[in-house]
Amino acid sequence: MIDMSPNLVLVVVIAALFTVGVYLLLERSLSRVLVGVILLGNGANLLFLVAGGAAGRPPILGQAAVEDMSDPLPQAMVLTAIVITLGMTAFLLAMAYRSWQLHGHDEVQDDVEDRRIARLAARDERAFLDTDTEESMASLDEEAAETRDETGEPVPVAPDGGATP
Amino acid sequence: MSDPLWLVPLPVVVPLLAAGLTLALYRKPRAQRTISVVALSIVLAVSATLLVLTDSGPLVIDVGGWAAPVGIDLVADRLSALMLTVSSAVTLCVLLYSLAQGEADGDEAAPVSIYHPTYLVLVAGVANAFLSGDLFNLYVGFEILLAASYVLLTLGGTGERIRAGSIYVVVALLSSVLFLVAIALVYASTGTVNLAQLAVRLPQIDPDVRLLLQVMLLLAFGIKAAIFPLSAWLPDSYPTAPAPVTAVFAGLLTKVGVYAIIRTQTLLFPDGRLDDVLMWAALATMVVGILGAVAQDDIKRLLSFTLVSHIGFMIFGIALSTHLGWTASIYYVVHHITVQTALFLVAGLIERWGGTTSLDRLGGLAKLAPVLAILFFVPAMNLAGVPPMSGFLGKVGLLQAGVAVGTPLATALVVGSVLTSLLTLYALIKAWNKAFWQTPPAELPATRIPFGMVGPTAALVAFGLALTVFAGPLYAYTGRAATALQERTPYIDAVLPDGLRGEGVSADLAEVHP
Repeated sequence: MIDMSPNLVLVVVIAALFTVGVYLLLERSLSRVLVGVILLGNGANLLFLVAGGAAGRPPILGQAAVEDMSDPLPQAMVLTAIVITLGMTAFLLAMAYRSWQLHGHDEVQDDVEDRRIARLAARDERAFLDTDTEESMASLDEEAAETRDETGEPVPVAPDGGATP
Repeated sequence: MSDPLWLVPLPVVVPLLAAGLTLALYRKPRAQRTISVVALSIVLAVSATLLVLTDSGPLVIDVGGWAAPVGIDLVADRLSALMLTVSSAVTLCVLLYSLAQGEADGDEAAPVSIYHPTYLVLVAGVANAFLSGDLFNLYVGFEILLAASYVLLTLGGTGERIRAGSIYVVVALLSSVLFLVAIALVYASTGTVNLAQLAVRLPQIDPDVRLLLQVMLLLAFGIKAAIFPLSAWLPDSYPTAPAPVTAVFAGLLTKVGVYAIIRTQTLLFPDGRLDDVLMWAALATMVVGILGAVAQDDIKRLLSFTLVSHIGFMIFGIALSTHLGWTASIYYVVHHITVQTALFLVAGLIERWGGTTSLDRLGGLAKLAPVLAILFFVPAMNLAGVPPMSGFLGKVGLLQAGVAVGTPLATALVVGSVLTSLLTLYALIKAWNKAFWQTPPAELPATRIPFGMVGPTAALVAFGLALTVFAGPLYAYTGRAATALQERTPYIDAVLPDGLRGEGVSADLAEVHP
């Protein structure tokens, strides 16, 4: 019978990787998010090793008795998953670089819809009138390019004093 | 007729090969176009053939000659063949549309040399997800299509697309990690990732562990399918991409998630312990989504919100867990892929004509472009479910299924879906009036729209109408697909024929299928 009990050290490492990964994923900077994704991906890969049971001899026929072999299937899957994570990492890296090129920073920007609703709420106006695009004559896309961080700047107030300052 | 099994992997292999070829021929745009069109036509023909063949039973092929539970299987049954056929028809139409657009724009706006390979890879990924017979291959299919979608979404790398893309990519990556963790847990608890073997083994494990696996898988697929609490990423990221890309995303990507939910819910977790949760999610998806659409003043964003909202209808059908519900749900998926894609293509045409998709700045298009008005009106009414169109038939099927179940929650969903349909009608009529009938605030730049763009759009609109005309046979087919899902044994038996390949011993394909 193959020993199926997983390795405790691996489990602890996985927990640490997931914790740090989730924390980094919540950051605003794309490159930190990238590191978070890498850590999460590695945590998931280790989880596959745990899923395959305890370590044994190489998962290659003829190297050891079948009972002593490691389970080859999760290893094959981990290999695939690693390659996929590598590709995604490369793409995210390119995107963070492009973002830095365009804006001088690589921060994930605010959700446009959130911004819009926050502004309308501040003006206490109904959404379907959509006066903010009327006033500024800027399309949503143009506005989206300007809006970046709602912590730094105050929500703009309508000139007619519809909202509390 | 000789052995048709070799047809099964073609929808994956042909676009991948074509992607390689188009990448190699990046200096020759004309050759690229020809290869893409030919490849997608082949895929369409193969899928249509599979649609006929699988009606008599699932077709299974072991990739690489390794037997079922160990090796990778591609399984074509009624559901996957139907999804393949619709998706390849839609992708072909969108490709033709984008070719005409590229010609009209002089190929300067976008780096077209990578457009064709990426688009073909996307098609291959979608086909792989529909055909895969095990969870891990499903994951690979998802990753192929997602990787292609990242590139298409950020095509050209403008600031706006990078902004929308970064949210989309991070959310998609997170869902992929969730899916991967779910697969690892599935393997740890059952020792297999093969769907057919899982269907046999899952009932044998601890019910609580099974519930955990179900929740994990539903979370992963729910993000991809944009079910309500997990849908916030969608309306923001889709509208920024080029019109054909948005159209194909809206038509297909979320439906792959819905397909995965249908497959896992029916095959792996038939006990339906999360059906009530799914129903709540469906109700919230429908209502919140459509309320978002009502508040929009931009056609593309409005359409994105209706997309989210109408995912709820499909989830409703799945959550009912009855034959009637699945039948209607599958029919609704087919209808929605066609109609939503057509609407986004029309939105692209409107943008071309009026220079904007903002409803405050558009106007008077009915006089300038009457054809456009019809092309928008027909799928819009179809989406809202005006009788006698296919949207109406799909919704009636869902309502019937809901009434047949008759629990308070199901009744609430019936009411919710009627309300959603009315609000959809309101939102789309508002858009139609503003874009086509109000006096334009500013003179619109008159542009010529090439026939190559109108043609495929019209074809898709006509395809949507054909779903109404041929609703009888199609409904019968989706009914048979639902029966196959409900019975489960044909699928399991096809993948694991007793004693022959069920032991995971590698077998030469030539011996198994002489």
